[in-house]
Amino acid sequence: MVLLSTSDPTGVAYVQTVNLDGESNLKTRYAKQETLLKMSEKEKVIGLIKCEKPNRNIYGFHANMEVDGRRLSLGPSNIILRGCELKNTEWGIGVAVYAGRETKAMLNNSGAPSKRSRLETHMNIEIIILSLFLVALCTVVSACALAWLLRHKNELNYLPYYRKKDLVGKDYNYYGVGLEILFTFLMSVIVFQIMIPISLYISMELVRVGQAYFMIRDTEMYDEASNSRFQCRSLNINEDLGQIKYVFSDKTGTLTENKMEFQRVSIWGVDYSGAKSQIEPVGYSVQVEGKVIKPKMNVKTDPELLQLSERRNDTKEGRHVYDFFLALAACNTIVPLVTDTSDPTVKMIDYQGESPDEQALVYAAAAYGFMLIERTSGYIVIDIQGERQRFNVLGLHEFDSDRKRMSVILGCPDKSVKVFVKGADSSMFGVIDKSLNKNILHATESHLHDYSSLGLRTLVVGMRQLSASEFEQWHSSFEEASTAVIGRAALLRKVASAVENNLCILGASAIEDKLQQGVPEAIESLRIAGIKVWVLTGDKQETAISIGYSSRLLTSKMTQIIINNNSKESCRKSLEDAIVMSKKLTTVAGVTDNTGGSSEASPTPVALIIDGTSLVYILDSELEEQLFQLASKCSVVLCCRVAPLQKAGIVALVKNRTADMTLAIGDGANDVSMIQMADVGIGISGQEGRQAVMASDFSMGQFRFLVPLLLVHGHWNYQRMGYMILYNFYRNAVMVFVLFWFVLFTAFTLTTAINEWSSMLYSIIYTSVPTIVVGILDKDLSRKTLLKYPQLYGAGQRHECYNTKLFWLTMVDTIWQSVAIFFIPLLAYWGSSIDISSLGDLWILAVVILVNLHLAIDVIRWNWTTHAAIWGSIIATFICVTVIDALPFLIGYWAIFHVAKTATFWLCLLACVIVGLIPRFVVKYLYQYYSPCDVQIAREAEKFGNLREVGDVQIEMNAILGPQRR
Amino acid sequence: MSSRGAASSSGGPQLGTSESSKRISKKPKYSRFTQQELPACKPILTPGWVIATFIAVGIIFIPIGLASLFASQRVVEIVHRYDEECVPPIFSGNQLAYIQSSITNKTCTKNFTVPKRMKGPVYVYYQLDNFYQNHRRYVKSRSDKQLRSKAGELDTSTCKPEATTGNNSPIVPCGLIAWSLFNDTYGFSMKNKVLDVSKKNIAWKSDQEHKFGSDVYPKNFQSGGLIGGAKLNASIPLSEQEDLIVWMRTAALPTFRKLYGKIETDLEANDEITVVIQNNYNTYSFGGRKRLVLSTTSWIGGKNDFLGIAYLTVGGFCMFLAIGFILLYVIKPRPLGDPAFLSWNRNPSGIMN
Repeated sequence: MVLLSTSDPTGVAYVQTVNLDGESNLKTRYAKQETLLKMSEKEKVIGLIKCEKPNRNIYGFHANMEVDGRRLSLGPSNIILRGCELKNTEWGIGVAVYAGRETKAMLNNSGAPSKRSRLETHMNIEIIILSLFLVALCTVVSACALAWLLRHKNELNYLPYYRKKDLVGKDYNYYGVGLEILFTFLMSVIVFQIMIPISLYISMELVRVGQAYFMIRDTEMYDEASNSRFQCRSLNINEDLGQIKYVFSDKTGTLTENKMEFQRVSIWGVDYSGAKSQIEPVGYSVQVEGKVIKPKMNVKTDPELLQLSERRNDTKEGRHVYDFFLALAACNTIVPLVTDTSDPTVKMIDYQGESPDEQALVYAAAAYGFMLIERTSGYIVIDIQGERQRFNVLGLHEFDSDRKRMSVILGCPDKSVKVFVKGADSSMFGVIDKSLNKNILHATESHLHDYSSLGLRTLVVGMRQLSASEFEQWHSSFEEASTAVIGRAALLRKVASAVENNLCILGASAIEDKLQQGVPEAIESLRIAGIKVWVLTGDKQETAISIGYSSRLLTSKMTQIIINNNSKESCRKSLEDAIVMSKKLTTVAGVTDNTGGSSEASPTPVALIIDGTSLVYILDSELEEQLFQLASKCSVVLCCRVAPLQKAGIVALVKNRTADMTLAIGDGANDVSMIQMADVGIGISGQEGRQAVMASDFSMGQFRFLVPLLLVHGHWNYQRMGYMILYNFYRNAVMVFVLFWFVLFTAFTLTTAINEWSSMLYSIIYTSVPTIVVGILDKDLSRKTLLKYPQLYGAGQRHECYNTKLFWLTMVDTIWQSVAIFFIPLLAYWGSSIDISSLGDLWILAVVILVNLHLAIDVIRWNWTTHAAIWGSIIATFICVTVIDALPFLIGYWAIFHVAKTATFWLCLLACVIVGLIPRFVVKYLYQYYSPCDVQIAREAEKFGNLREVGDVQIEMNAILGPQRR
Repeated sequence: MSSRGAASSSGGPQLGTSESSKRISKKPKYSRFTQQELPACKPILTPGWVIATFIAVGIIFIPIGLASLFASQRVVEIVHRYDEECVPPIFSGNQLAYIQSSITNKTCTKNFTVPKRMKGPVYVYYQLDNFYQNHRRYVKSRSDKQLRSKAGELDTSTCKPEATTGNNSPIVPCGLIAWSLFNDTYGFSMKNKVLDVSKKNIAWKSDQEHKFGSDVYPKNFQSGGLIGGAKLNASIPLSEQEDLIVWMRTAALPTFRKLYGKIETDLEANDEITVVIQNNYNTYSFGGRKRLVLSTTSWIGGKNDFLGIAYLTVGGFCMFLAIGFILLYVIKPRPLGDPAFLSWNRNPSGIMN
């Protein structure tokens, strides 16, 4: 919507774009002066707006408007997008240019894709292989049956067990060889169909429900602040949590709490770092007309500085402090909002503004007694130590990214005119009068260095008193510039830079963008676990980088590659340069690694920082490939100023080019498309509404829960699920093979020795419970070990628990076990008077015992539930077999009682089980002992308690993780 | 949504926390179960355990193997194939014609000596080869309802093609299994004295009592054009027809024995036994072989060395493995749980990629 006019006489509208880019600060939008004037005069506005086609870029808009024959250019600051909320502005009138599905917000929405876990996708391939097995078995049976029929073609009627013809001499139930073979094939499909483990899907669902239950119940993933538990919103992808390779994280609200905190200040070369004796925040308040006004947020104050500020102009120091805080309170675009509270005598003052930094600064100034109470376009009212003072705002030069500073020209009550400037240190030192107070300058510089190395955001404040002539000169040029039609911004910039010079430095402030609890540690853990963390934020580049530092994503050792371009060509060029550079860096490091001989010189990590405008040109073009190459070389990637769909685009970039799993975590509506795009989407149930949670697969209260979620639950889920799938394949295949071998001895006619009831109950009662219990409850490693060695997470990334090799090994083992089960009784009973039901009972019992013992060998943690499930299943099988054999209408009536009286039966059973298990046992032991995987070693270490002697690094890690566990 | 609303309505952080404590905390209750911290034992395949397991298996298996082999060796078994010999030489070219003819003399006398003392009871079996009693078509061709009670007499639907006679009256017992009842008979004599073969209690008691009704009498049996095998005495109820009951416990494998009867007396070594075989059963049409078996029994059942040998082999193999593992352990041990073996400790650069 193009703004035409607003409730503000100057045509300003404040909007909040939480739903679009996740930033909760206020942004200003302007109506064009021309339309504003017309609207206020209640005239009709007739004009024509020409704008670009609907697109997804929420930070760009190009259009022009013809009103009264004049052509006005419209930019992103003239439109209000769908999803924005007006704040501090009563109304706004505009012309809708994009509507319905063509709004930028809608275009940034991608439909929710259905997600399927990687393991399951993989499993489906294996199921296809199993189907081929099944077809092969059926074909073999049919072919053999064909051969048999052809060989006995002439005997069929004499065979006492076949007898083709009935009494009348007609063929009974015989339709020629061809059809007989077809029937055989179909029948074999029916008999062998348990090869395809349909029950596996059901077991998987049950296991996932169980896993979800434990994840939800985990006390360490409960967020007390928001009183929210972990939530599993989709049950399909629990095990994917164990295989994540890339984490895409939103910044605001995810990594940070979206709260700026004023931390330290350096005034006139003195560092008031409050660190010495931090006192609890005391709400500063003033009384106005019998009402107490309190700032909404309390700031920690330094008592020394507080004293100084209270004394005001008495001392030289006090004078500087006064100026400094006045600058903080005045030099901004904050709008104070007075709100009522439950107590009628107390009013809250809430500072709203575009930049959270400014908010923090104003709150800080308020805490030191410089409370901004009112702002209009002409003046501001500041309550200084309980005394209301009115300052005329003579001019305001807004922050722009070229100057990197803003200034305000104030007419003070004592009629002096002062210009206050605040800005980034790099730009400020250029305009500060270096001749003045070199020591102070130097001291401030060193303080700034300290602050920024702590990951704090710094701002330098300067000031100058303007003489009357200077003011006049500025005033005239300012007037001229602000009414200029063409190139107004450039002119204003020029005017601003003219007045912003020869400043006298006042000091510097340091603000902490408060990270959520445990974020740096969490990122560290994830990095050790081999997970690449990418931060995608709608924030400014500088902010993103400083957050990168404070969250330990970036370190001073890293080389930063910044890509910040405005055209496709320059993007291409800088990408190419960057690739060359990253190659050089990594190879150079490699060379030193070789020559140095010591493993200390690890390759210089490269950090890539890229902004949204560059991404516009890169995504969806052939440059994507290059970006991916570059990004995969970098250990850290920061993307700033990205639109929601670009976030999804970046996720897709990685997802489509690698087989690695991606996880996206975010909290706002702007993260929805990213969450939906990634293999696993996690929503933070924070302050920014519920859209992210609604779209996510899992939701939780804090970013740091990602560590227990991935490293602990993800690892467990993956290991359990991987094992369960393999085991289910094995379990059903053993049964099928036993049936198959028997078919070979029945003239290929698909008689089953094992009665139908038992075959049916096989995957329902005999063997299902233990796999589900183990799938839910087995743990390969304890939580402590997994958190201590994040590297163990690599097991999932390397697909250690479920891969094609393991599948084939399992199949070989399956065939061996089925051979053992089938042929030992066959040979023992060959030519004996055993009847079909007794032998069937022996086989089914052998299969069930073997299959359960096989599971028992692989169970890592035996607790009472596991014992109950495994031994219970075996006992249940005995009971079922007995009950089935006690039914007089079945042919196997009483067979088990007869056969169980013989010693041969028990000897066969024992031999089957032992012979079946020996190869697996041997291979498992040799593998575990002589080429152990990390998980195995950690298990042993856990058991034998060697962990305490482990290197220092891990102990340090643990100390960090300790308090977070509470 | 509730949390958000509460946060904005409450005055500040201090108020917020006090309010949240008033709300019902969703904090999951701690229990060892929900935190997956149930007491558990975590067995690990240490060399000690593995070697001990294999030695234990060896120690259990070898004696069992020896015992069963010994038992199997003690079983005395006389196996005599007679299907070829009992065809007169003139019919040797056309055995089928001989067996199908109703006029040929089917009697056939054989002598054999008892190699070792056979302690009674001596079991008499007939053994058929290449006879698929487990053929699907065959196994299904019976009617348990009909066998069990008179009321189910008409229930012959599963019995085809041997269900009813031409005029639709049911055959009892119906089905291919009953129809193909084995009908060779053996008469034993020793030193011109008839050796009694007890045909009582050769079938399972459970079958006699519950599967074959005492009120069901054979009817229309073997009355059709095709005679499959033995005829039944129509005045004896099925529950007493033990040969039929034995036959109808279909064998699991294509080579099988069925109990024919028991000789209750002991047979001494070198006793000459004469057996008069009524060679009626047609196995010639499909190349089946017939054998007469006299066997004693032991705890292991009949004579079968396989189990003993299998046990000895497995036991020996386990012992061998145990020794192998001991050697491996001595030559190339690996300290268990040594973090130095962790992949990232072996090559530190491994973490980076």
